[in-house]
Amino acid sequence: MFGAGGGTSSYEEIEHTDLVVLWGSNAREAHPIFFHHLLKGLRRGAKMYVVDPRRTTSAQWADVWLGIDVGSDIALANAVGREIIRAGLVNTEFVSRATTGFDAFAESVEPYSLEEGERLTGVPAETIADLAHDYARADRAQLCWTLGITEHHTATDNVLALCNLALLTGHVGRYGSGLVPLRGQNNVQGGGDMGALPNKLPGFQDIEDDAVRARFEARWGGTVPPKRGWHLSQMFDAMASGELRALYVLGENPAQSEADNRRAVRLLDGLDHLVVQDIFLTKTAELADVVLPAAVGAFESEGTVTSSERRVQLLRPALRPPGGARGDMEIICDLAGRLGHDWGRPSAEEVWDELRSLSPMHAGMRYDRLEALGGIQWPCPDEDHPGTPFLHARLWEEDPARRGAPAPFSPVTFEPPLDELDEEFPVRLTTGRRLDSFNTGVQSGRYRSPLRRPETLDLSPEDMEQLGVVEGELVRVSSRRGAITAPVHSDPTLRPGLAFMTMHFPDDADTNALTLDSWDPKSGTAEFKATAIRIERLPEAAAGTPPSQAEPSQAEPAGVTAGAQR
Amino acid sequence: MTTVAPGAPGAPVTLRRQVELTIDGQAVTVPEGSTILEACRSIGTEVPTLCYLETLTPVNVCRVCVVEVEGSRTLVPACSRPVSGGMEVRTDSERVRTSRRMVLELLASSVDLSTAGGDVDRWIETYGARRERHGPPAPSTERDRARAGEHEPVAVGTAGTVAQAVKRDNDQYVRDYSKCILCYKCVEACGEEAQDTFAIAVAGRGFDARISTEMDVPLPDSACVYCGNCIAVCPTGALMFVTEHDLRARGEWDEGRQQVTRTVCPYCGVGCNLELHVQDDRIVKVTSPLDHDVTRGNLCVKGRFGFEFAEALDGGSR
Repeated sequence: MFGAGGGTSSYEEIEHTDLVVLWGSNAREAHPIFFHHLLKGLRRGAKMYVVDPRRTTSAQWADVWLGIDVGSDIALANAVGREIIRAGLVNTEFVSRATTGFDAFAESVEPYSLEEGERLTGVPAETIADLAHDYARADRAQLCWTLGITEHHTATDNVLALCNLALLTGHVGRYGSGLVPLRGQNNVQGGGDMGALPNKLPGFQDIEDDAVRARFEARWGGTVPPKRGWHLSQMFDAMASGELRALYVLGENPAQSEADNRRAVRLLDGLDHLVVQDIFLTKTAELADVVLPAAVGAFESEGTVTSSERRVQLLRPALRPPGGARGDMEIICDLAGRLGHDWGRPSAEEVWDELRSLSPMHAGMRYDRLEALGGIQWPCPDEDHPGTPFLHARLWEEDPARRGAPAPFSPVTFEPPLDELDEEFPVRLTTGRRLDSFNTGVQSGRYRSPLRRPETLDLSPEDMEQLGVVEGELVRVSSRRGAITAPVHSDPTLRPGLAFMTMHFPDDADTNALTLDSWDPKSGTAEFKATAIRIERLPEAAAGTPPSQAEPSQAEPAGVTAGAQR
Repeated sequence: MTTVAPGAPGAPVTLRRQVELTIDGQAVTVPEGSTILEACRSIGTEVPTLCYLETLTPVNVCRVCVVEVEGSRTLVPACSRPVSGGMEVRTDSERVRTSRRMVLELLASSVDLSTAGGDVDRWIETYGARRERHGPPAPSTERDRARAGEHEPVAVGTAGTVAQAVKRDNDQYVRDYSKCILCYKCVEACGEEAQDTFAIAVAGRGFDARISTEMDVPLPDSACVYCGNCIAVCPTGALMFVTEHDLRARGEWDEGRQQVTRTVCPYCGVGCNLELHVQDDRIVKVTSPLDHDVTRGNLCVKGRFGFEFAEALDGGSR
């Protein structure tokens, strides 16, 4: 956020805020312990708005639920912004001192009147106005989001649209006021911290900056490539064009987790060489030329992970990995040896100390301090620094020198989801998680969850009735990319025209055979949240047959997926 | 441990005056608002507790922590009574010892305390509580069927008990209410102190009171989301991981052979600390540290029970 690469606030702050906006996040199920903190805030009197196409278990705790049409978040945010300006509720002191680009922003939101907002989002005009007024008037407000914001082809613009609202109202850089993106996996944040991004070195340092590279080259005694690499979506495009011929996959299951996964499988299968390092023989590993069995990060190895409040915490091994499986670091060091670089066998702490010498934001995080303090929140520039509970306090400094560079407004324009609804594909499918499961089920599918139920296509009772289907009936679900069969389930939290599935059981119901892999050009995130589908009853209602694997789609063009931006 | 560094600008700050009191004749100074229990612990004076936990609001039901306060007509619960200036507290007077002995005798005669831990055994010894004082156990009754106003007293010379069959209705945890002392901790953790799911509550009155799901339905038909936060706060082992329950049944549970390792949950990005209890290279129980402000001891179903993938050695896939 504003150049920092992480959420601004600590979980604790939501217990002391006055207004919570949960936007595209079902934290009650996807981040349950964060939701505990949030509920403490509600108990202390905070008001909550939830923006979500579904009336989720999180929305059921809200004072106001905004049942937004899938993918219209920018239209809603811009309408909120316009209303804040129109009603004279802008924090003018903050805007004038700590931001730039307000005039261009004000102009950019001018077309998004409350009525236009209602037309574009499906949220009543007066409810949009309520959100605008409450957010702007709150003493403290936390704006939280998850993949409902980022799994769209406009992912980055969606985030910027929310940041604009925080700048407009001064809800950033103060205790209890901030922007909170909740991370989906235990080390998504840490991966970014450590430079597992195509344009960054560890500590979010720009790989295309000569001075930055020089420091790393001096420490590493080698040359760092001077240009940014590919992100995941670009890698698949490079596989399609033949530029990328060999791939080393660590702890990721793209054969099932990628949007439009049949294209992904085809491309992985067509590589000259595929190496997969994982704890299980995943569907991706089954395609590999070489499989490197790995230890479980959280249970069988040593290292660190970073959480959604930028807290770096220690992992410690509790179990011995099964025969043949080894820690990721050991495998990578051996691989380096085979490639002619003797890295030896450094301990996790030695690798971490090297990182601390190169990444200023981690410099003060000695292992013994991480242990004693229960983790430290970056930035932590020296060994006496306690860590940073919230970011951007500098924006409130009186002294312009201490205030530093102002935060820019970023005007963004609403674009509807790429996979358009039409007569042939009239239903909007969105995806998400259920409480007891996780991603493609590689980990969560192996415990005996008392909550587990087979994957279903969840539909509103109205749509069930209109289609003439009954609970549990198998139907054919088609998108412009593929078709699967799945049993239907009536879910009154859905509105007519909206369907929901997870990707937790890809062996039973291969949801990502339907999704569109068109991605956000700025972040590379695929549009998992907005697929146009058609639902058809099966001949004879095919009672009693289990859900089948994905069937090939007749509509599918060979090789490359059609996409508006490709 | 706190998640906010001291002096985080804007964070709520409570400035507290110091209060002086005496405990068993010893002068003690603690911050205003401290409880008698906290004051006792600050000087190493042990006060037994059962229904108290530092992460929960005291509910004052077990009465085992009572102490004598000069000028107070009744004994007072140390876990919830705030200190005041000049207070004279006695934690080991005859009156206190008698009261604690009675509480422990009543509990020990009616409840199976075999997995309540060494402290409880030691207190029973220390206070001279006799489990058999109220006679041999009366035949067990169907407690879940008890109706309000229809309590049947047990035969004179026998001790009524809360004995009943172990409830095992899911793959992750068992409920053995023969071990339940009705401390309310599970109800509080399931309710507004942590999870806000409200799957369980106290049903019945008097000796017939028991912890129950709505209409006593099995857990899979209840609102339970299997966070296991009730297990984490249970002081007597009435709520227990299936793994622990089965190892105990086979006589193989051995905390001396267990190692507890703190790590971070492998699922979502909240960063909950897990304490993995490992015996013979198997995870047998998962807890979370009470003193870490991310979880305060609480977890979700994935963090609490979702570890089996790491042991799926026999499935052929690892």
